[in-house]
Amino acid sequence: MRQEKKSRRGSLVTGVTSAPYELWAVIFILVPLAFVAYYAFTDNAFRFTTANVARFFTATSSVTGADGDPVQTRTYLVIAWRSVKLAVIATAVCLLLGYPLAYIISRASAKAQKTMMTLIMIPMWMNFLIRTYAWMTILQDTGILNNFLAALRLGRVHIIGTQTAVIIGMVYDYLPYMILPLYSIMAKMDYRLIEAARDLGCAPAGVLRRVILPLSMPGVVNGITMVLIPSISTFYISQKLGDGMFFLLGDAIEGQYVAGNLHFAAAIAFILMVALLAAMALMRHLTDKYTYGGQ
Amino acid sequence: MAKKIIELKNITKSFDGQVVLDNISLDIYDNEFLTLLGPSGCGKTTLLRLIGGFETPDAGDILFTGERINDLPPHKRNVNTVFQRYALFPHLNVFENVAFPLRERKVPRDEIEARVTEMLSMVALTGFERRAVTSLSGGQQQRVAIARSLVGRPQVLLLDEPLAALDLKLRKDMQQELKKIQKATGVTFVFVTHDQEEALSMSDTIVVISEGRIQQIGTSLDVYNEPKNAFVADFIGESNIVDGVMLADRSVSFSGHTFDCVDGGFGKNEAVDVVVRPEDVDIVPEEKGHLTGVVTSVTFMGVHYEVIVDIGGFKWMIQTTDFVDVDEHIGLFIEPDAIHIMKKSKYSGLYGDYASFSNEFDELSDAESEADE
Repeated sequence: MRQEKKSRRGSLVTGVTSAPYELWAVIFILVPLAFVAYYAFTDNAFRFTTANVARFFTATSSVTGADGDPVQTRTYLVIAWRSVKLAVIATAVCLLLGYPLAYIISRASAKAQKTMMTLIMIPMWMNFLIRTYAWMTILQDTGILNNFLAALRLGRVHIIGTQTAVIIGMVYDYLPYMILPLYSIMAKMDYRLIEAARDLGCAPAGVLRRVILPLSMPGVVNGITMVLIPSISTFYISQKLGDGMFFLLGDAIEGQYVAGNLHFAAAIAFILMVALLAAMALMRHLTDKYTYGGQ
Repeated sequence: MAKKIIELKNITKSFDGQVVLDNISLDIYDNEFLTLLGPSGCGKTTLLRLIGGFETPDAGDILFTGERINDLPPHKRNVNTVFQRYALFPHLNVFENVAFPLRERKVPRDEIEARVTEMLSMVALTGFERRAVTSLSGGQQQRVAIARSLVGRPQVLLLDEPLAALDLKLRKDMQQELKKIQKATGVTFVFVTHDQEEALSMSDTIVVISEGRIQQIGTSLDVYNEPKNAFVADFIGESNIVDGVMLADRSVSFSGHTFDCVDGGFGKNEAVDVVVRPEDVDIVPEEKGHLTGVVTSVTFMGVHYEVIVDIGGFKWMIQTTDFVDVDEHIGLFIEPDAIHIMKKSKYSGLYGDYASFSNEFDELSDAESEADE
């Protein structure tokens, strides 16, 4: 807040030095967003229309229901719900895996911390398509995992093409984004606070619940944001690991774009963006209000 | 004497092969204010952490009211700690910080309210309940830390250099206050400090530690007036420590003169360390002195002058309210009861000469040693 005020009153020097960044932000952030909005609310002849946005909410398709009869569903709302559901599950798994891991890393020796953080970052250096293909070869019915299980005479599991496979892919891709903010806040945590809690009568579980958890809440919120947003809009993982059975919003945008329906693709992207911004604003509000360390 | 509350028996502790505590044995009694005093790195904080349960001894036993507690975790010990720099929980307000141990024990709501209120009034923080601890001054944070560690009614309170971060004036006030709180609550205080003045003014018992060993245990008066060795004499107060020879009981020779003294029980012609406190030396005309010397420096300290006198190549410090000038030849008069005789120890010859003395140098090395901790 204070910094903002300062820059508003800023001298010519600050104005000149920050100009390139402002220009960057305008060209690469604001202009593209404006284009998305513009396309979302225009038709092929660039006349104003709300049809694209409306189509997202009203388009229906017919699927076979549980009793075998065709059922009409709202196509994109179903896709959106599925995207949210998978993203929430993936985020929850990332949090459950990432939180203890980040804590363990933050309490290790300086050298071990460096090594472990590097190991966590290394997969991020690989292309995301390659990582997804790697998971295909692992999870396939005749893949590495199943061959391994068979060799141990444990029988085979069918994972590829299931929701589980898609979630595994998402968790693998986005886990580092959960660990990084958690680790950075835990590494800064004063160890004497933990000792003080022990001294004042807390068993280890109490220390976690009453001191470590509340103090790391800002990291938890950041981690959730960093994983939830890309998971909701992800595509390709679902196509490859889900065998195309779990069509997500990201896939829908890609599909419409490839099919040349730029305006409808933009409409889906626009709605997703608005929903995410609203969710982020809500989260920020809750953090500020209920957790220590919110601004 | 009162009953023993903590007994340390032959405690040894090393870190990475470095011996930090070497065969320490110490009894701590109920309702006493005991101070562990020593330079940084002497092992006093480690000793405190052993009692608190944050370290375990390599050898030896820790007894709490007669029971061995070597492996009892901190949360199961009826001992609380006031940490250096307080370690207050930044996500909780003043009230919740103090209520922390009570909530853990599921104390009923209205009892928590009553006990926290009582504690806050004891440390003069009534009205600060809803304040964020991060908005408090150092002295106020210190009070919150004390209230938080006493609210659970521990039998022993451990204080790890709690006043080190406060400025001088506040530190003096807090010394008085801590002493008062200790008397009022009857809780045994084990206080760690490297500040000898603080130790002298607050403690019932002072334990002087150096290099992982206890050098002396005694009251403030004991360790000041009857230091056991050159280390204690030098660390507590200012001391002139010179080599002497015990000619007979109550007769000692040093600096080329034979003095009457009040100590005895040494061997005939035994080499000893002789301590004379700077404030116990009287300046007299040259011809009336036991010793004579030349003034090499005079520093005005407020209440007194600090005079360095060269006596046969050995620099003495004298504190006096009489003015003398540099290069003046003066006589020194020493009463028998101002002379304290100590057995030779491994610290002999290391301390007590003011040849390289300067106030600035002293402060510099103090600042360095504090940064180490």
